[in-house]
Amino acid sequence: MLVSNIEIIPGKRISKHLGLVQGNTVRTKHLGRDLMAGLKNIFGGELKGYTELLNDAREEAIQRMTQQAEAMGANAVINVRFSTSSVTAGAAELFAYGTAVILE
Amino acid sequence: MYDLIVFLALLALGYFFGRVAESRHFKSIREREQQLASVLAFSERLPPPSSTPRRVALVGGSVVVSVDYFKQVAAGLRSIFGGRVMAFETLLERARREALLRMKQEAADLGAAMVVNVKLETSSISKGNKGQVGAVEVYAYGTALIELA
Repeated sequence: MLVSNIEIIPGKRISKHLGLVQGNTVRTKHLGRDLMAGLKNIFGGELKGYTELLNDAREEAIQRMTQQAEAMGANAVINVRFSTSSVTAGAAELFAYGTAVILE
Repeated sequence: MYDLIVFLALLALGYFFGRVAESRHFKSIREREQQLASVLAFSERLPPPSSTPRRVALVGGSVVVSVDYFKQVAAGLRSIFGGRVMAFETLLERARREALLRMKQEAADLGAAMVVNVKLETSSISKGNKGQVGAVEVYAYGTALIELA
């Protein structure tokens, strides 16, 4: 499964357009990490725990998106976009969407 | 009285550690930018035409950076008079450059020479907590073009 955020894949032709596919996940971190982040708010710096968490969540959103594309019979997802929104305090939604296509 | 001492101590800690962390981070960013200067990043939507066959891959890098206590207080004071909030400007600059570097690193690991259609997304997390700005997340993503030799 090819995933890309450009509209035209160099050297390949789109033979069929299958429409929008999407994947999302809502994640929250555990209390220990929250406490650590609270401490970090005094000293500043990178919150590694959160970076990791968001990376994992994004991977999962992409995975769900590609699963949906596979179910439609696509072999590529192009023009992929990401969006993040905080649902409540302490939870974030990661959303990935793109266009499922069949490439020759 | 007691509160004031705690407040001043936090302020001093934030100022000192925040300063040190920031200058160290900027130094490491500059070094890695030099190392990864060969990977080019474009915000162009389409890849430049080329006759050699290429493979594409989605690459991305993210970073979550937290403000320190001093910056929070400084920004709070700033919002009384208005104007540029330098404390947050440098914070966001750090986060953006770091995210771009991580994206470039991923592209370099794949053997790509350029990344096109780079998008940057900024979101503030833990904003919901009372009275704190918390942290910002920056995610940079794009399509790496890998030349098939």
